[in-house]
Amino acid sequence: MEQIRGIDSLVREHPFCQDLDEAAIALMSGCAKNEQFPAGSMIARENQPSERLFLLRYGTAALEIRRPGHDPLIIETLEAGEILGWSWIVPPYRWAYDVRAVTIVRAISVEAGCLRAKCDDDHSFGYEIYHRILRVMANRLSATRLRLVDLYAPPPRAARAP
Amino acid sequence: MDDLSSLIDPAATPAGDDPMRPRPFRIARVRKDLADTFTLYLTALDGAPFAFRPGQFNMLYVFGVGEVPISISGDPADPAVLVHTTRAVGTVTEAMGRLKAGDVIGVRGPFGSPWPIEAAHGQDVVFVAGGVGLAPLRPAILAVARHRERFANALLLYGSRTPEDLLYRREMPVWRSRHDIASHVTVDRATGRWTGRVGVVTKLIRSGGFDHRHAVAYVCGPEVMMRYAVQALDAVGVTADRVYVSMERNMKCGIGLCGHCQLGPHFVCRDGPVYRFDRLGPLFDIWEL
Repeated sequence: MEQIRGIDSLVREHPFCQDLDEAAIALMSGCAKNEQFPAGSMIARENQPSERLFLLRYGTAALEIRRPGHDPLIIETLEAGEILGWSWIVPPYRWAYDVRAVTIVRAISVEAGCLRAKCDDDHSFGYEIYHRILRVMANRLSATRLRLVDLYAPPPRAARAP
Repeated sequence: MDDLSSLIDPAATPAGDDPMRPRPFRIARVRKDLADTFTLYLTALDGAPFAFRPGQFNMLYVFGVGEVPISISGDPADPAVLVHTTRAVGTVTEAMGRLKAGDVIGVRGPFGSPWPIEAAHGQDVVFVAGGVGLAPLRPAILAVARHRERFANALLLYGSRTPEDLLYRREMPVWRSRHDIASHVTVDRATGRWTGRVGVVTKLIRSGGFDHRHAVAYVCGPEVMMRYAVQALDAVGVTADRVYVSMERNMKCGIGLCGHCQLGPHFVCRDGPVYRFDRLGPLFDIWEL
Protein backbone atom coordinates (compact mmCIF):
# COMPACT_ATOMS: atom_id res chain seq x y z
CA MET A 1 0.00 0.00 0.00
CA GLU A 2 1.38 3.39 -0.95
CA GLN A 3 2.18 5.53 2.00
CA ILE A 4 0.89 9.09 2.02
CA ARG A 5 3.87 11.35 2.42
CA GLY A 6 4.04 14.91 3.58
CA ILE A 7 4.76 17.67 1.09
CA ASP A 8 7.93 18.57 2.98
CA SER A 9 9.29 15.10 2.33
CA LEU A 10 8.63 15.43 -1.41
CA VAL A 11 10.14 18.92 -1.49
CA ARG A 12 13.26 17.71 0.33
CA GLU A 13 13.74 14.91 -2.22
CA HIS A 14 13.44 17.05 -5.32
CA PRO A 15 16.80 17.80 -7.00
CA PHE A 16 16.01 21.52 -7.09
CA CYS A 17 15.92 21.50 -3.29
CA GLN A 18 18.96 19.30 -2.82
CA ASP A 19 20.98 20.37 0.24
CA LEU A 20 18.56 23.12 1.23
CA ASP A 21 18.53 23.41 5.01
CA GLU A 22 15.47 22.39 6.98
CA ALA A 23 14.33 25.96 7.55
CA ALA A 24 14.34 26.57 3.81
CA ILE A 25 12.52 23.29 3.16
CA ALA A 26 9.86 24.41 5.64
CA LEU A 27 9.50 27.81 3.93
CA MET A 28 9.21 26.17 0.53
CA SER A 29 6.81 23.49 1.72
CA GLY A 30 4.58 26.14 3.25
CA CYS A 31 3.81 27.42 -0.24
CA ALA A 32 3.56 23.98 -1.90
CA LYS A 33 0.95 21.40 -2.74
CA ASN A 34 0.76 18.35 -4.99
CA GLU A 35 -0.73 18.73 -8.42
CA GLN A 36 -1.41 16.35 -11.30
CA PHE A 37 -2.11 16.97 -14.99
CA PRO A 38 -3.56 14.37 -17.38
CA ALA A 39 -1.67 13.64 -20.58
CA GLY A 40 -2.53 16.19 -23.24
CA SER A 41 -3.81 18.82 -20.84
CA MET A 42 -2.46 22.35 -20.71
CA ILE A 43 -0.40 23.17 -17.65
CA ALA A 44 0.02 26.82 -18.56
CA ARG A 45 -0.82 29.16 -21.38
CA GLU A 46 1.32 31.86 -22.91
CA ASN A 47 0.84 35.36 -21.52
CA GLN A 48 -1.37 34.17 -18.66
CA PRO A 49 -0.30 35.11 -15.12
CA SER A 50 2.52 32.90 -13.94
CA GLU A 51 1.42 32.03 -10.47
CA ARG A 52 3.23 28.76 -9.89
CA LEU A 53 6.63 27.16 -9.86
CA PHE A 54 6.41 23.44 -10.61
CA LEU A 55 8.96 20.96 -9.33
CA LEU A 56 8.36 18.04 -11.69
CA ARG A 57 8.15 14.65 -9.99
CA TYR A 58 6.86 12.43 -12.78
CA GLY A 59 6.19 12.60 -16.50
CA THR A 60 7.09 14.92 -19.34
CA ALA A 61 5.95 18.46 -20.07
CA ALA A 62 6.53 20.30 -23.33
CA LEU A 63 7.15 24.03 -23.74
CA GLU A 64 5.39 25.04 -26.93
CA ILE A 65 4.80 28.04 -29.16
CA ARG A 66 1.57 28.26 -31.08
CA ARG A 67 1.89 29.02 -34.78
CA PRO A 68 -1.10 29.90 -36.93
CA GLY A 69 -1.78 27.14 -39.45
CA HIS A 70 0.83 24.80 -37.97
CA ASP A 71 1.17 22.38 -35.14
CA PRO A 72 2.66 23.97 -32.03
CA LEU A 73 6.45 24.11 -32.11
CA ILE A 74 7.95 22.24 -29.17
CA ILE A 75 10.85 24.24 -27.81
CA GLU A 76 11.94 21.87 -25.11
CA THR A 77 10.68 19.02 -22.99
CA LEU A 78 11.09 18.90 -19.23
CA GLU A 79 11.06 15.83 -17.06
CA ALA A 80 10.99 14.57 -13.51
CA GLY A 81 13.71 16.23 -11.46
CA GLU A 82 13.52 19.50 -13.38
CA ILE A 83 11.63 22.67 -12.62
CA LEU A 84 8.98 24.24 -14.80
CA GLY A 85 8.45 27.98 -14.84
CA TRP A 86 10.59 30.92 -13.92
CA SER A 87 8.31 33.66 -15.27
CA TRP A 88 6.95 34.05 -11.74
CA ILE A 89 10.28 35.55 -10.71
CA VAL A 90 10.48 38.22 -13.43
CA PRO A 91 7.88 40.97 -13.87
CA PRO A 92 5.30 41.08 -15.37
CA TYR A 93 4.96 37.48 -14.06
CA ARG A 94 3.38 35.98 -17.17
CA TRP A 95 4.09 32.63 -18.84
CA ALA A 96 6.36 33.02 -21.84
CA TYR A 97 5.15 29.83 -23.53
CA ASP A 98 2.37 27.30 -23.55
CA VAL A 99 3.09 24.22 -21.45
CA ARG A 100 1.43 20.90 -22.25
CA ALA A 101 1.55 17.63 -20.37
CA VAL A 102 2.95 15.09 -22.85
CA THR A 103 2.32 12.28 -20.38
CA ILE A 104 0.58 12.39 -17.06
CA VAL A 105 2.55 14.93 -15.03
CA ARG A 106 2.85 14.98 -11.26
CA ALA A 107 4.46 18.01 -9.71
CA ILE A 108 5.00 19.89 -6.51
CA SER A 109 3.18 23.10 -7.22
CA VAL A 110 4.61 26.11 -5.40
CA GLU A 111 2.45 29.23 -5.14
CA ALA A 112 4.57 32.01 -6.63
CA GLY A 113 3.20 34.96 -4.66
CA CYS A 114 3.81 33.08 -1.42
CA LEU A 115 7.36 32.15 -2.48
CA ARG A 116 8.19 35.69 -3.63
CA ALA A 117 6.97 37.09 -0.32
CA LYS A 118 9.17 34.66 1.61
CA CYS A 119 12.16 35.50 -0.58
CA ASP A 120 11.56 39.20 0.17
CA ASP A 121 11.20 38.57 3.90
CA ASP A 122 14.21 36.26 4.26
CA HIS A 123 16.99 37.37 1.96
CA SER A 124 19.18 34.35 2.72
CA PHE A 125 16.37 32.10 1.60
CA GLY A 126 15.66 34.38 -1.35
CA TYR A 127 19.31 34.37 -2.39
CA GLU A 128 19.38 30.58 -2.30
CA ILE A 129 16.22 30.25 -4.39
CA TYR A 130 17.32 32.89 -6.91
CA HIS A 131 20.74 31.26 -7.13
CA ARG A 132 19.16 27.90 -7.95
CA ILE A 133 16.78 29.41 -10.48
CA LEU A 134 19.69 31.24 -12.10
CA ARG A 135 21.56 27.96 -12.48
CA VAL A 136 18.57 26.44 -14.25
CA MET A 137 18.23 29.47 -16.51
CA ALA A 138 21.95 29.40 -17.34
CA ASN A 139 21.75 25.72 -18.30
CA ARG A 140 18.72 26.34 -20.50
CA LEU A 141 20.29 29.38 -22.15
CA SER A 142 23.39 27.32 -22.86
CA ALA A 143 21.31 24.48 -24.29
CA THR A 144 19.38 26.90 -26.49
CA ARG A 145 22.61 28.41 -27.81
CA LEU A 146 23.92 24.94 -28.61
CA ARG A 147 20.83 24.27 -30.68
CA LEU A 148 21.57 27.44 -32.66
CA VAL A 149 24.96 25.91 -33.45
CA ASP A 150 23.27 22.95 -35.14
CA LEU A 151 25.39 20.46 -33.21
CA TYR A 152 24.80 17.47 -35.44
CA ALA A 153 25.45 19.11 -38.79
CA PRO A 154 28.14 17.57 -40.99
CA PRO A 155 31.21 19.75 -41.61
CA PRO A 156 30.85 22.27 -44.45
CA ARG A 157 31.63 20.89 -47.88
CA ALA A 158 34.97 22.71 -48.11
CA ALA A 159 36.24 21.18 -44.87
CA ARG A 160 35.16 17.60 -45.19
CA ALA A 161 36.42 14.48 -46.81
CA PRO A 162 35.80 14.09 -50.56
CA MET B 1 55.71 -2.75 -48.86
CA ASP B 2 56.34 -5.04 -45.93
CA ASP B 3 57.25 -2.02 -43.80
CA LEU B 4 53.87 -0.47 -44.47
CA SER B 5 52.14 -3.70 -43.54
CA SER B 6 53.54 -3.44 -40.08
CA LEU B 7 51.70 -0.16 -39.57
CA ILE B 8 48.20 -1.59 -39.74
CA ASP B 9 46.51 -3.71 -37.18
CA PRO B 10 48.11 -7.16 -37.40
CA ALA B 11 45.29 -8.74 -35.44
CA ALA B 12 42.73 -7.58 -37.93
CA THR B 13 44.36 -8.03 -41.28
CA PRO B 14 45.93 -11.08 -42.88
CA ALA B 15 49.72 -10.90 -42.62
CA GLY B 16 51.46 -9.66 -45.71
CA ASP B 17 48.57 -7.56 -47.01
CA ASP B 18 49.59 -4.31 -48.62
CA PRO B 19 47.77 -1.54 -46.73
CA MET B 20 47.85 0.69 -49.81
CA ARG B 21 46.15 -1.84 -52.09
CA PRO B 22 42.35 -1.97 -51.99
CA ARG B 23 40.69 -5.36 -51.65
CA PRO B 24 37.64 -5.78 -53.87
CA PHE B 25 34.35 -6.27 -52.03
CA ARG B 26 30.95 -6.88 -53.56
CA ILE B 27 27.96 -4.92 -52.32
CA ALA B 28 25.57 -7.58 -51.06
CA ARG B 29 22.90 -5.15 -49.98
CA VAL B 30 22.19 -1.43 -49.78
CA ARG B 31 19.88 -0.06 -47.13
CA LYS B 32 18.65 3.51 -47.22
CA ASP B 33 18.62 4.68 -43.63
CA LEU B 34 17.80 8.38 -43.92
CA ALA B 35 17.28 10.88 -46.70
CA ASP B 36 21.05 11.33 -47.05
CA THR B 37 22.38 8.25 -45.25
CA PHE B 38 22.76 4.67 -46.39
CA THR B 39 24.32 1.40 -45.25
CA LEU B 40 26.41 -0.88 -47.43
CA TYR B 41 26.75 -4.59 -46.63
CA LEU B 42 29.94 -5.87 -48.24
CA THR B 43 31.45 -9.31 -48.77
CA ALA B 44 35.03 -9.91 -49.89
CA LEU B 45 35.40 -11.25 -53.41
CA ASP B 46 38.10 -13.61 -52.14
CA GLY B 47 35.75 -14.79 -49.39
CA ALA B 48 38.23 -14.08 -46.62
CA PRO B 49 36.68 -12.74 -43.41
CA PHE B 50 37.33 -9.13 -42.46
CA ALA B 51 38.22 -8.88 -38.78
CA PHE B 52 38.17 -5.48 -37.13
CA ARG B 53 37.77 -3.87 -33.77
CA PRO B 54 35.01 -1.41 -32.79
CA GLY B 55 35.93 2.15 -33.70
CA GLN B 56 38.25 1.34 -36.58
CA PHE B 57 37.72 2.69 -40.09
CA ASN B 58 38.32 1.68 -43.68
CA MET B 59 39.26 3.60 -46.76
CA LEU B 60 36.46 2.87 -49.23
CA TYR B 61 37.31 3.32 -52.89
CA VAL B 62 34.64 4.06 -55.47
CA PHE B 63 36.48 3.10 -58.62
CA GLY B 64 37.07 6.03 -60.93
CA VAL B 65 35.84 8.56 -58.37
CA GLY B 66 37.98 8.43 -55.26
CA GLU B 67 38.62 7.11 -51.81
CA VAL B 68 37.11 8.18 -48.51
CA PRO B 69 37.54 7.16 -44.85
CA ILE B 70 34.42 5.60 -43.34
CA SER B 71 34.06 4.06 -39.89
CA ILE B 72 32.97 0.47 -39.68
CA SER B 73 29.48 0.12 -38.24
CA GLY B 74 29.00 -3.65 -38.36
CA ASP B 75 29.23 -6.35 -35.74
CA PRO B 76 32.84 -7.24 -34.91
CA ALA B 77 31.66 -10.76 -34.11
CA ASP B 78 30.51 -11.22 -37.70
CA PRO B 79 33.63 -10.74 -39.88
CA ALA B 80 31.95 -12.30 -42.92
CA VAL B 81 29.98 -9.13 -43.63
CA LEU B 82 31.54 -5.70 -43.60
CA VAL B 83 29.02 -2.95 -42.80
CA HIS B 84 29.42 0.77 -43.38
CA THR B 85 26.81 3.43 -42.67
CA THR B 86 27.60 6.60 -44.58
CA ARG B 87 26.15 10.04 -45.06
CA ALA B 88 26.35 11.35 -48.62
CA VAL B 89 28.11 14.65 -48.14
CA GLY B 90 30.74 14.83 -50.87
CA THR B 91 31.65 13.67 -54.34
CA VAL B 92 32.80 10.19 -53.33
CA THR B 93 30.10 9.44 -50.78
CA GLU B 94 27.43 10.72 -53.17
CA ALA B 95 28.79 8.37 -55.85
CA MET B 96 28.88 5.61 -53.26
CA GLY B 97 25.23 6.24 -52.53
CA ARG B 98 24.40 5.55 -56.16
CA LEU B 99 25.98 2.07 -56.10
CA LYS B 100 23.74 -0.97 -56.22
CA ALA B 101 23.84 -4.51 -54.91
CA GLY B 102 26.32 -6.47 -57.03
CA ASP B 103 28.64 -3.52 -57.63
CA VAL B 104 32.23 -3.81 -56.46
CA ILE B 105 34.01 -1.38 -54.19
CA GLY B 106 37.62 -1.22 -52.97
CA VAL B 107 38.44 -1.54 -49.28
CA ARG B 108 41.67 -0.72 -47.45
CA GLY B 109 41.91 -1.29 -43.74
CA PRO B 110 41.00 -1.66 -41.00
CA PHE B 111 42.90 1.32 -39.71
CA GLY B 112 43.19 3.25 -36.49
CA SER B 113 42.67 2.80 -32.80
CA PRO B 114 39.59 1.03 -31.41
CA TRP B 115 37.09 1.97 -28.71
CA PRO B 116 38.68 0.37 -25.63
CA ILE B 117 35.49 -1.10 -24.26
CA GLU B 118 37.45 -3.24 -21.81
CA ALA B 119 38.16 0.03 -19.95
CA ALA B 120 34.52 -0.08 -18.82
CA HIS B 121 34.54 -3.62 -17.48
CA GLY B 122 32.77 -3.66 -14.13
CA GLN B 123 31.60 -0.08 -14.58
CA ASP B 124 28.74 1.82 -16.16
CA VAL B 125 29.23 2.27 -19.88
CA VAL B 126 27.80 5.41 -21.45
CA PHE B 127 27.63 5.96 -25.20
CA VAL B 128 27.03 9.55 -26.25
CA ALA B 129 26.21 9.97 -29.93
CA GLY B 130 25.21 12.87 -32.11
CA GLY B 131 23.71 12.51 -35.60
CA VAL B 132 25.48 9.92 -37.73
CA GLY B 133 28.05 9.62 -34.94
CA LEU B 134 26.02 6.65 -33.78
CA ALA B 135 27.36 4.60 -36.71
CA PRO B 136 30.98 4.36 -35.45
CA LEU B 137 29.67 3.55 -31.97
CA ARG B 138 27.42 0.72 -33.16
CA PRO B 139 30.19 -1.94 -33.19
CA ALA B 140 31.07 -1.01 -29.60
CA ILE B 141 27.41 -1.18 -28.56
CA LEU B 142 27.13 -4.62 -30.15
CA ALA B 143 30.32 -5.74 -28.42
CA VAL B 144 28.94 -4.60 -25.05
CA ALA B 145 25.68 -6.37 -25.83
CA ARG B 146 27.56 -9.58 -26.55
CA HIS B 147 29.39 -9.43 -23.23
CA ARG B 148 26.76 -7.57 -21.28
CA GLU B 149 27.58 -9.35 -18.00
CA ARG B 150 30.97 -7.66 -17.91
CA PHE B 151 29.46 -4.20 -17.47
CA ALA B 152 27.19 -2.55 -14.92
CA ASN B 153 24.62 -0.14 -16.41
CA ALA B 154 24.77 0.43 -20.15
CA LEU B 155 23.27 3.55 -21.60
CA LEU B 156 23.03 5.22 -24.99
CA LEU B 157 22.45 8.99 -25.01
CA TYR B 158 21.63 10.01 -28.55
CA GLY B 159 20.79 13.38 -30.07
CA SER B 160 19.80 14.34 -33.58
CA ARG B 161 18.31 17.26 -35.44
CA THR B 162 14.87 15.73 -36.00
CA PRO B 163 13.17 12.35 -35.49
CA GLU B 164 13.71 11.70 -39.20
CA ASP B 165 17.48 11.93 -38.66
CA LEU B 166 17.66 9.15 -36.06
CA LEU B 167 19.76 6.16 -37.11
CA TYR B 168 19.04 2.55 -36.18
CA ARG B 169 15.56 3.35 -34.87
CA ARG B 170 14.51 -0.28 -35.06
CA GLU B 171 17.61 -1.54 -33.30
CA MET B 172 17.48 0.64 -30.23
CA PRO B 173 14.42 -1.11 -28.75
CA VAL B 174 16.19 -4.45 -29.31
CA TRP B 175 19.31 -3.23 -27.53
CA ARG B 176 17.10 -2.33 -24.62
CA SER B 177 14.88 -5.41 -24.49
CA ARG B 178 17.47 -8.09 -25.23
CA HIS B 179 20.62 -6.57 -23.84
CA ASP B 180 19.48 -4.09 -21.19
CA ILE B 181 21.13 -1.19 -22.97
CA ALA B 182 18.83 1.75 -22.36
CA SER B 183 18.49 4.42 -25.04
CA HIS B 184 17.69 8.02 -24.19
CA VAL B 185 17.00 9.97 -27.34
CA THR B 186 16.47 13.67 -27.89
CA VAL B 187 15.93 15.82 -30.95
CA ASP B 188 16.50 19.51 -31.60
CA ARG B 189 13.22 19.89 -33.43
CA ALA B 190 10.16 17.72 -32.96
CA THR B 191 8.30 16.85 -36.12
CA GLY B 192 5.33 14.67 -36.97
CA ARG B 193 4.06 12.56 -34.12
CA TRP B 194 7.24 12.73 -32.05
CA THR B 195 6.42 12.51 -28.36
CA GLY B 196 9.96 12.04 -27.08
CA ARG B 197 12.44 14.49 -25.67
CA VAL B 198 13.25 17.83 -27.28
CA GLY B 199 16.57 19.41 -26.35
CA VAL B 200 20.30 18.95 -26.79
CA VAL B 201 22.17 15.74 -26.06
CA THR B 202 24.19 17.42 -23.31
CA LYS B 203 21.00 17.69 -21.29
CA LEU B 204 20.71 13.91 -21.31
CA ILE B 205 24.14 13.77 -19.71
CA ARG B 206 23.02 16.12 -16.96
CA SER B 207 19.94 13.98 -16.39
CA GLY B 208 22.20 11.16 -15.27
CA GLY B 209 21.06 7.55 -15.18
CA PHE B 210 24.59 6.37 -14.50
CA ASP B 211 27.09 6.40 -11.65
CA HIS B 212 29.45 9.21 -12.61
CA ARG B 213 32.12 7.90 -10.20
CA HIS B 214 32.23 4.54 -11.95
CA ALA B 215 31.39 5.28 -15.56
CA VAL B 216 33.32 5.26 -18.81
CA ALA B 217 31.97 7.33 -21.70
CA TYR B 218 32.42 6.84 -25.43
CA VAL B 219 31.52 9.96 -27.43
CA CYS B 220 31.07 10.27 -31.17
CA GLY B 221 29.60 13.00 -33.34
CA PRO B 222 30.59 16.26 -34.96
CA GLU B 223 33.53 17.83 -33.16
CA VAL B 224 31.55 20.73 -31.72
CA MET B 225 29.03 18.30 -30.26
CA MET B 226 31.80 16.21 -28.71
CA ARG B 227 33.38 19.31 -27.19
CA TYR B 228 30.22 20.21 -25.32
CA ALA B 229 29.44 16.60 -24.48
CA VAL B 230 32.84 16.23 -22.83
CA GLN B 231 32.21 19.43 -20.86
CA ALA B 232 28.84 18.10 -19.71
CA LEU B 233 30.42 14.79 -18.69
CA ASP B 234 33.08 16.64 -16.74
CA ALA B 235 30.39 18.74 -15.04
CA VAL B 236 28.69 15.60 -13.71
CA GLY B 237 31.99 14.07 -12.60
CA VAL B 238 33.07 11.81 -15.46
CA THR B 239 36.70 12.87 -15.70
CA ALA B 240 38.64 13.17 -18.95
CA ASP B 241 40.62 9.98 -18.28
CA ARG B 242 37.33 8.05 -18.50
CA VAL B 243 36.09 9.69 -21.69
CA TYR B 244 36.94 8.51 -25.21
CA VAL B 245 36.20 10.47 -28.37
CA SER B 246 36.51 9.63 -32.05
CA MET B 247 38.12 12.35 -34.13
CA GLU B 248 37.27 13.05 -37.73
CA ARG B 249 39.98 14.39 -39.99
CA ASN B 250 40.77 14.23 -43.67
CA MET B 251 42.35 10.78 -43.69
CA LYS B 252 44.05 9.81 -46.96
CA CYS B 253 46.73 7.13 -46.64
CA GLY B 254 45.37 5.54 -43.47
CA ILE B 255 48.81 4.65 -42.15
CA GLY B 256 50.29 7.94 -40.92
CA LEU B 257 52.48 8.69 -43.90
CA CYS B 258 50.86 11.44 -45.93
CA GLY B 259 50.12 13.88 -43.10
CA HIS B 260 46.68 14.98 -44.33
CA CYS B 261 45.07 14.09 -41.03
CA GLN B 262 47.67 15.66 -38.78
CA LEU B 263 46.29 17.07 -35.53
CA GLY B 264 49.13 18.67 -33.60
CA PRO B 265 51.59 15.85 -32.93
CA HIS B 266 49.04 13.18 -33.92
CA PHE B 267 48.22 11.49 -37.17
CA VAL B 268 44.57 10.76 -36.61
CA CYS B 269 44.48 7.84 -39.05
CA ARG B 270 47.24 6.04 -37.17
CA ASP B 271 47.12 7.33 -33.57
CA GLY B 272 43.33 7.80 -33.62
CA PRO B 273 40.58 8.11 -34.52
CA VAL B 274 39.70 7.05 -30.96
CA TYR B 275 41.51 8.97 -28.22
CA ARG B 276 41.22 9.08 -24.49
CA PHE B 277 40.19 12.66 -23.97
CA ASP B 278 42.85 13.63 -21.43
CA ARG B 279 45.48 12.75 -24.02
CA LEU B 280 43.83 14.93 -26.63
CA GLY B 281 42.02 17.58 -24.59
CA PRO B 282 44.47 20.50 -24.93
CA LEU B 283 44.28 20.24 -28.72
CA PHE B 284 40.53 20.86 -28.52
CA ASP B 285 41.31 24.36 -27.28
CA ILE B 286 43.61 25.27 -30.19
CA TRP B 287 41.13 26.48 -32.73
CA GLU B 288 43.73 26.73 -35.51
CA LEU B 289 43.81 22.90 -35.54
